[in-house]
Amino acid sequence: MAEMIEVRDLSKTFETDDGKVEALHNITLSIQAGDIYGIIGMSGAGKSTLVRCLNFLERPTSGTVEIEGKDLGAMSDAQLRATRREISMIFQHFNLLMQKNVIDNICFPLVIGGMKKKDARKRAQELLEIVELSDKALSYPSQLSGGQKQRVAIARALAANPKILLCDEATSALDPRTTQSILQLLKDINKKYGITIVIITHEMSVVREICSHVAIIGEGHLVEQGRVSDIFAHPKTAEAKELILKGSGTDRRTLEDRQKELMKGKCCVRIVFSVNSSFEPVIANMVLKFGQPINILRADTKNVEGIARGEMILSLPDDTQMQKEMKAYLTERGLAVEEVNGYVD
Amino acid sequence: MWTSDLTLMMLEGVRDTLLMTLMSTLFGYLLGLPWGIVLAVTDKTGIRPNAAVYKALDVLANILRSVPFLILLILVMPLTRAIVGKTTGSVATIVPLTIAAAPFIGRMIESSIKEVDHGVVEAAQSMGAGTFTIIWKVLLVEARTSILVGVTIAIGTILGYSAMAGVVGGGGLGDIAMRYGYYRYETLIMIVSVVLLVVLVQIFQTLGMRLSVKLDKRK
Repeated sequence: MAEMIEVRDLSKTFETDDGKVEALHNITLSIQAGDIYGIIGMSGAGKSTLVRCLNFLERPTSGTVEIEGKDLGAMSDAQLRATRREISMIFQHFNLLMQKNVIDNICFPLVIGGMKKKDARKRAQELLEIVELSDKALSYPSQLSGGQKQRVAIARALAANPKILLCDEATSALDPRTTQSILQLLKDINKKYGITIVIITHEMSVVREICSHVAIIGEGHLVEQGRVSDIFAHPKTAEAKELILKGSGTDRRTLEDRQKELMKGKCCVRIVFSVNSSFEPVIANMVLKFGQPINILRADTKNVEGIARGEMILSLPDDTQMQKEMKAYLTERGLAVEEVNGYVD
Repeated sequence: MWTSDLTLMMLEGVRDTLLMTLMSTLFGYLLGLPWGIVLAVTDKTGIRPNAAVYKALDVLANILRSVPFLILLILVMPLTRAIVGKTTGSVATIVPLTIAAAPFIGRMIESSIKEVDHGVVEAAQSMGAGTFTIIWKVLLVEARTSILVGVTIAIGTILGYSAMAGVVGGGGLGDIAMRYGYYRYETLIMIVSVVLLVVLVQIFQTLGMRLSVKLDKRK
């Protein structure tokens, strides 16, 4: 796999009336061709600035961005515009032309690229079929639902056969079901056309759903990056842990609060089951072996890159010697074990 | 007594007023449209920020707009004579009307363009669109409704200014109202002139608003 996007030592500082604000600090990451790469962080972490640096909508203050080995910073305006035609973008608020109908919106990047109107319309029709909106060709964006608008935006983004698709919070304005269908569409596009996709989001569920790799951004710094499955199983940083624990979605908020209550002052561990460890009744066996009750605070299975993974949070007995032995027991059985006390505060 | 001569004069007045108003609006937009576009584009939040260009056009617009129209009318008389050959009559009035209208139109265009959602501009930039493409295919298209409302306002305002030019023999309905109504105390003629002016403004306002609603695809 070739390197599609290579970001080196990228920093971005904004000059505001209140002085300088450093939005991004020394970010280095590389994205391979064909990846679905997630960039996740809390709002204000700088992820939207980062994605705008990938097509130079924002010029980095220092550092370089290379697309297929070509340095964007060294390009002339014309070269940069030509390169941007290979990097499409979709947005949280869709950003369609409100005064143009669906088909003209999709034709727009083609017309900019110099294609004849007739050919552009033909191509637009094909794209409408891909996003399953053929019957809406002559509708105006204001007549469409949020999900439909994002489909039009995706069709528009695909029109010029880009190599890269940047998604800036593309599902954040959509309801969960629509989000699912848009994510599925992005997944299909990635598979069918091999387009490299970069997804900016604050929702762990989005990353879990479709991303192969993820970078976690916190306060302008890159705090962790790697395969989604690795980070999900062994999060190293506080930011990663927080995002994973919060990743279950807002509907569990009350449950989480209760959980936090239960975790207070207790020794708690989070264990992740991979495929093989699911066969043996590990927890039950451990309870039998040590003769001590274990409180299961949370248990869940999640689909990470198509593989089912179990996640559990256990509250261990107060005896520290016992805790040590139990952790050793769990580790012996191939489970990833880590203390989650730090998260409670 | 009302005579057919008076009716003819009134019709000529309407014709002259329409001529002045529409021609000045046309020339006003020929100057004001690029003026407003450059203002919006070179502003620090625009797509091609340029402080020097913005400031120059900004100050010029403010200067021209702060000169009262009647004074402007007299100030530009040498220019009017150079272009038209005389300083009275409806054709000559088009010159000061255009000069007064252009900065006003420029400001309205500037504000219409600034209303366009920045996200759409960003989307166009991400597709590799250049400055001119963004102006023609994004800004002016998305601001269409607002610009048309502006045209309606501009026509109404210019029509009012054209009547003011009647004070110095500018031609049209305002001229008639001044000459007959003010200098000869023929109140009836003045009232008829004013009613005709009101009717004209009303017609343009209605047509303009209908057109802009019809062309607005946002709802």
